[in-house]
Amino acid sequence: MTNLDAHTLAQAIARKAQGLPEMTLMEVCGTHTHAIFRYGIRQLLPKNVRLISGPGCPVCVTDNADLARALWLAAQKDVVFCCFGDMLRVPCGKESLLSLRAAGADVRICVSPMDALALAKELPRKRIVWFGVGFETTAPHTAALIEAAERGGVPNISVYSVHKTMPQALRALMSGQNRISALLCPGHVAAITGAEAFRFVPNELHMPAAVAGFEAEDILAAVLALVTMLRGGTPSLVNAYPRAVKSEGNKTALALTEKIFEPEDALWRGLGLIPGSGLKIRKEYEAFDATKRFKIEETAVPAAAGCRCGEILRGLAEPTDCPYFAKTCTPQSPLGACMVSAEGACAAYYKYGGTI
Amino acid sequence: MCLAIPGRIIKIKNEEAVIDYGGVTRKAALRLCPEAKIGDAALVHAGFVIQLLDEEAAKELEAILAETEML
Repeated sequence: MTNLDAHTLAQAIARKAQGLPEMTLMEVCGTHTHAIFRYGIRQLLPKNVRLISGPGCPVCVTDNADLARALWLAAQKDVVFCCFGDMLRVPCGKESLLSLRAAGADVRICVSPMDALALAKELPRKRIVWFGVGFETTAPHTAALIEAAERGGVPNISVYSVHKTMPQALRALMSGQNRISALLCPGHVAAITGAEAFRFVPNELHMPAAVAGFEAEDILAAVLALVTMLRGGTPSLVNAYPRAVKSEGNKTALALTEKIFEPEDALWRGLGLIPGSGLKIRKEYEAFDATKRFKIEETAVPAAAGCRCGEILRGLAEPTDCPYFAKTCTPQSPLGACMVSAEGACAAYYKYGGTI
Repeated sequence: MCLAIPGRIIKIKNEEAVIDYGGVTRKAALRLCPEAKIGDAALVHAGFVIQLLDEEAAKELEAILAETEML
């Protein structure tokens, strides 16, 4: 948090934005999406500064093909399938991890991947599978799990990794059809990768970028930085979350991720196949790779729900543009991933009033 | 998903810290931040300390904003 208050920052933004054409700032972090609504940031901004949500929620961007494999794994005999709570309700056709659990599968919610490791030690006759979902912030945790399992000689745990990394996805997003003027970069991804990981945004994409924290003042300070750069026509990178983000990031976490994982092509819901945007377990650790330990049957992948999740994830449509939003698609009975995950754009719009 | 909560480290034992979140305490792994010390302000995500917080940095941000004439 800065010592500058929200009111002062909002006034400064209004001054800087005066007389400029409409600016669209995209945030690519589900936690930002929610913070922006919770603090009423949109209402504090002038009309020509728009905030839109991008593909910043790992649950939302997990493709149905990956989800179908996770469901197959969870349904196997003696498997205890462990994951973060927000994956449970994501629909894959008519099924979800939750519906499998209701039908008798052993699916458990873990707060940390290390909970899955503890479970593996506790239940030596069971086959524990950790569903590795998340961006750079979370991938080191899964890497720590694999490292500890290897060191401790825990044979009955494996990982199904659909971890993803941001930079390639942002490049893909920006090179396609888009309406983005500047990027609000994810603060906790940057806490690991370092602010410098986003230097390519001004250098290659010629677009201003600001790393933002999660308090109202943090987000407003980053918006102010972006609007100032847009006004001056001088795209650069500003680290507006210096208390948690160093330019070089967390070297220990980066080295651990690098030790366990290597880049691979990954499918993103709404964005398709993006080269080098996924994290695959290296050959040296393949004993802990669920795709090697199990012979996963490729089941038919259910078609997308028919909602506009894909366009919403690319910032081309807002949740309220979708014909199903708040009608047949609600948090209680979601059609698409953006409504399931508490961090999804649709869930945020629904929770905070829909038309804001 | 990338939610992280700030707290203060009050105890360290075997690569694990006890974090005080304003009265509530929880354990967090130090594998990603082995340099952490008792008394440090830490950012915790999914059971791991992911970064130590620089409590002086608020001033740094003001300096950045002033320098680029943003205010």
